[in-house]
Amino acid sequence: MNDKILMSGNEALAEGAIRAGCKFYAGYPITPQNELTAYMAVNLPKAGGIFIQAESELAAINMVFGAAAAGARAMTSSSSPGISLKQEGISYIAGAELPSVIINVMRGGPGLGNISPSQSDYFQATRGGGHGDYHCLVLAPSSVQESLDLMPLAFNLADKYRTPVMVLSDGMLGQMMEPVSVHSPQSTVHSKKLPEKKWALTGCRGRKPNVVKSFYMQEGGLEKFNLSLQKKYSEIRNKEQRFEMTNVKDAEVIIVAYGIMARIAKSAMQDLNNAGRKVGLIRPVSLWPFPKNAFREIEKSKHFKSFLVVEMSYGQMIEDVLLSVADKSKVDFLGRSGGGIPAEAEIIDKLKKIIRR
Amino acid sequence: MKKIIKRPRALKDVPTHYCPGCGHGIAHRLVAEVIDDLGIREKVIAVAPVGCAVIAYDYWDFDCSEAAHGRALAVATAIKRVRPENIVFTYQGDGDLAAIGANETLHAANRGENLTVIFINNAIYGMTGGQMAPTTLLGQTTVTTPDGRISQIHGYPLKISEILATLPGVKYVERVSLTSPPEIIKAKIAIKQAFKNQMDKIGFSLVEILSACPTYWGMSANDALSWMKGTMSKEFPLGRIK
Ligand SMILES: Cc1ncc(C[n+]2csc(CCOP(=O)(O)OP(=O)(O)O)c2C)c(N)n1
Ligand code: SF4
Repeated sequence: MNDKILMSGNEALAEGAIRAGCKFYAGYPITPQNELTAYMAVNLPKAGGIFIQAESELAAINMVFGAAAAGARAMTSSSSPGISLKQEGISYIAGAELPSVIINVMRGGPGLGNISPSQSDYFQATRGGGHGDYHCLVLAPSSVQESLDLMPLAFNLADKYRTPVMVLSDGMLGQMMEPVSVHSPQSTVHSKKLPEKKWALTGCRGRKPNVVKSFYMQEGGLEKFNLSLQKKYSEIRNKEQRFEMTNVKDAEVIIVAYGIMARIAKSAMQDLNNAGRKVGLIRPVSLWPFPKNAFREIEKSKHFKSFLVVEMSYGQMIEDVLLSVADKSKVDFLGRSGGGIPAEAEIIDKLKKIIRR
Repeated sequence: MKKIIKRPRALKDVPTHYCPGCGHGIAHRLVAEVIDDLGIREKVIAVAPVGCAVIAYDYWDFDCSEAAHGRALAVATAIKRVRPENIVFTYQGDGDLAAIGANETLHAANRGENLTVIFINNAIYGMTGGQMAPTTLLGQTTVTTPDGRISQIHGYPLKISEILATLPGVKYVERVSLTSPPEIIKAKIAIKQAFKNQMDKIGFSLVEILSACPTYWGMSANDALSWMKGTMSKEFPLGRIK
């Protein structure tokens, strides 16, 4: 049976969320993610969920806080300036340990910027973004199919660790259309092993009252709580690194790129492979935790010269690559932003220069 | 001796952190009594504010959520939509509900969410040390209006209840005061009405409670009550608004 349908990346994220059992969505319009909100408005209620067009991003993320506190699988989506507004709420969600999913379909910044695709919110996504000592788990799809497939994982990770999970897409991936297999094995819910939500607010019948909060006034209380958060984050660092490696064995240069940029980089890699050049690719799928493990083996290879980090920013993920290689390897960079996208030809040029060096 | 009044089941047997003469403690108790009277303690979900009542959940004995400053009605909207069978209410100060949260307040009210709102108007920001609130009276001195609130500079006291009453989604608005036992009984009746409305699925109900902040008004508890009766109730007239 051919079950492929044509959809945009934004629609695939929405469909993936519904298939993952998302029961609550609140959002506020912003380009280039509006198809996602519209898809949710039509399809979430049909699947028994609740859709609200909020009065602002602040309201939307705090609605997600409330829905998650009440035990529902809850999600919001936005694009860069809207995600900046959501940071207050994301910090509270992390502090109250509420599972929820936040999608950022990145556009150009800073400020109002433009509506072109960009990857310049990497720091904001992976470093906390809001106030306090917290992290979001961050997943980055690089195709429309993967936009669909990563959503059940995003919700399961959120529930497993009681933490906000951010899915980082961009305006190009969000708007492009590709045939998608809606019944791919990854796109189904597999949440059987998840813990029960005994902490959720349901009314205190037959039990002690539950309190959802992030406020710790007693001396030492917040430090104790933050240490427990850090313990959770170190477990996530150990267990949830995700990446794809292609042709890295014997490679002279290995490109590091994520999201849509990795798709473009992969074409460049294949072109050079066809010409007999040894070029490989590491594509981080989890941006936090950053997949440090991917870099370990490669550095031992004798042929290896350098990593080339390619980003739709002026260098943000490169800092995680530099931390991962800890001065042991050479790291080159190619980046553009504000609507400029490193083209396949530019990447090939850069790779050739590195190989000749 | 016959016991005619006892601690409400919905209120924990712990001392509160409020200043002497503060209205928050009385308002907490009234909410707890109403919840007991209506037999809904095991169905209630409260959303506590950011303000002096930030740890209301340490005193109430039922499920509670925090909310970021001003966002209580966004949080409550979602809780109620996810769990329509529960009774959901917010408890918010005037800074929380009428300043930083004015947008969330206006829109939850305009959507006609079937929620109960307990709105504590003490005409000042208590928790942060007595700054001007949207509800601060003209001429009232606060740490940020050292020469008194002046309309040309600071605008006029914001009458949230009157504003919300104009919205079709809002079903019940009443302003009460905690100045004397009869007024406190009226306050309890209004709070009960606001909860009953939610149980009967009537819609958005708000009770504005004039409440003393002797500490930052710079008054004795007694003077604070007189000021509320004389000056504050003139600016914010008591009674049913909608
Ligand atoms: C985003 C944000 N801004 C400011 C504050 C600081 N803050 C805490 S309580 C408060 C005012 C509370 O006043 P009100 O709602 O009138 O309650 P009261 O303390 O008078 O009971 C402010 C400004 C905060 N916690 N969060
Ligand atoms: S500062 Fe004012 S509002 Fe806060 S507890 Fe004291 S009297 Fe009450």
